[in-house]
Amino acid sequence: MKERYSIFSLASHARSYHENWQRVWRSPELKPAYDVIIVGGGGHGLATAYYLAKVHGLRNIAVIEKGYLGGGNTARNTTIVRSNYLWDESAQLYEFSLKLWEGLSQELNFNTMFSQRGVLNLGHSLQDMRDIERRVNANRLNGIDSEVLTTREVKSIVPVINDSPNIRYPILGASWQPRAGTARHDAVAWGYARAADRLGVDLIQQTEVTGLRVANGQITGVDTSRGPVAAKKVACVAAGNSGVVAAMAGLRLPIESHPLQALVSEPIKPVLDCVVMSNAVHAYVSQSDKGDLVIGAGIDGYTGYGQRGSFSVVEHCLSAIVEMFPAFSRVRMNRSWGGNVDICPDACPIIGTTPVKGLYFNCGWGTGGFKATPGSGYVFADTVAHDRPHPLAAPFSIQRFYTGALIDEHGAAGVAH
Amino acid sequence: MLQIHCPYCEEHREEEEFAYSGEAGIVRPESPAELSDEAWGDYLFFRKNPRGLHQELWLHASGCRRYFKVLRDTVTYAIHGSCKIDEQLAPVGQISGIRS
Repeated sequence: MKERYSIFSLASHARSYHENWQRVWRSPELKPAYDVIIVGGGGHGLATAYYLAKVHGLRNIAVIEKGYLGGGNTARNTTIVRSNYLWDESAQLYEFSLKLWEGLSQELNFNTMFSQRGVLNLGHSLQDMRDIERRVNANRLNGIDSEVLTTREVKSIVPVINDSPNIRYPILGASWQPRAGTARHDAVAWGYARAADRLGVDLIQQTEVTGLRVANGQITGVDTSRGPVAAKKVACVAAGNSGVVAAMAGLRLPIESHPLQALVSEPIKPVLDCVVMSNAVHAYVSQSDKGDLVIGAGIDGYTGYGQRGSFSVVEHCLSAIVEMFPAFSRVRMNRSWGGNVDICPDACPIIGTTPVKGLYFNCGWGTGGFKATPGSGYVFADTVAHDRPHPLAAPFSIQRFYTGALIDEHGAAGVAH
Repeated sequence: MLQIHCPYCEEHREEEEFAYSGEAGIVRPESPAELSDEAWGDYLFFRKNPRGLHQELWLHASGCRRYFKVLRDTVTYAIHGSCKIDEQLAPVGQISGIRS
């Protein structure tokens, strides 16, 4: 009997001191063959597995993860979810994802702690404000809730912010998306993992894919650290290591991997009840339910797979945070970390088929993949199941780097992610 | 913080003086108009992005303002050498006097 989480299950387990909860998912042995193998057990990979099983009825699926589930960028981001992107293609993809977020906890029967607390993207110059007005208008045409706020309106939402006109980067206004917010990143991975496991998906951890088997232009399986596995289709969702996986099939990707850093402070009393982002000074901050300030910095300029970056980037970010929030200047930072993000030249993902039949890639989400987790999994599962791009994913084909139909979201989306 | 050796200034300086400029050795095609879309796209967007040793360009932006080559490990971030733009990087282990 598979356990359903509810207030009643919580109450009944309280009587046995919470000592008899079932394991959340199985730890199955690797089978010799699968219909679909998903390389990478992060949020996007697990979501892909879930929708393949749920929407497309496939059951013989494995997710192969070299470390543990959700241990890469899924657990390293700053958990911001929003959809106020400039261009139609990306706005529609992220808005589709945001709509899935809104029902996700119920769908997965797992509390993803999705909190629509609103996201502010600050403007510090006249050009910033013109860009914000353009983006807000574009958002509204795409049916996305988005508003332009004045400095005074920003101050009324975030009383602790420094609205002085006499600082280096004064706040001239902001865009505001009330439906945007944050979610618990681990819970998203765990929720998808649990739901996929219940539909029969094998979640294989501590197993590294070391090679892709291709014969006559058709994928036939993968080599792993536990031996070869046959597969009809292989879907790669390996984030910062996508280029490494692509090279196993002789493919190149227009991706460079960069370190991206974030940090959290010691817990403090509630002071900030929305997300504040600033693209111009490249800093963003929110406060978690525990009370820590969750702060994201920019990427390091150099490429790297080391899951750490340079201190100068953190220092630059914190100097901007302290100017915006002088009250935070003596808050101590608890932890900092880095992840490897796969940056595309146009800051948009690559989703789709490859020249190898049966091999699919979903990568290049760069610094902003977390918010897209449900939408990315949904459209990628559809792409894999039908061997053609989902309509929302079609503009994100790798072919755009040859046709020139780029979707230039660099700067345009208010991207700090 | 990386300590990078500028071969023109002949000194180690801190990373913040420099700007990263991507993969080294990419040659601009002589007649772009004659290239296929694939070849032009490859030149513009596709990079090696290796997990391991990487030959890359750095600009000494707050120093001599010249470009030079660096051999760096993208996993450990250790720098195995640097040289002027028209020179060849020596194989790993054969460069003396370079801190990694």
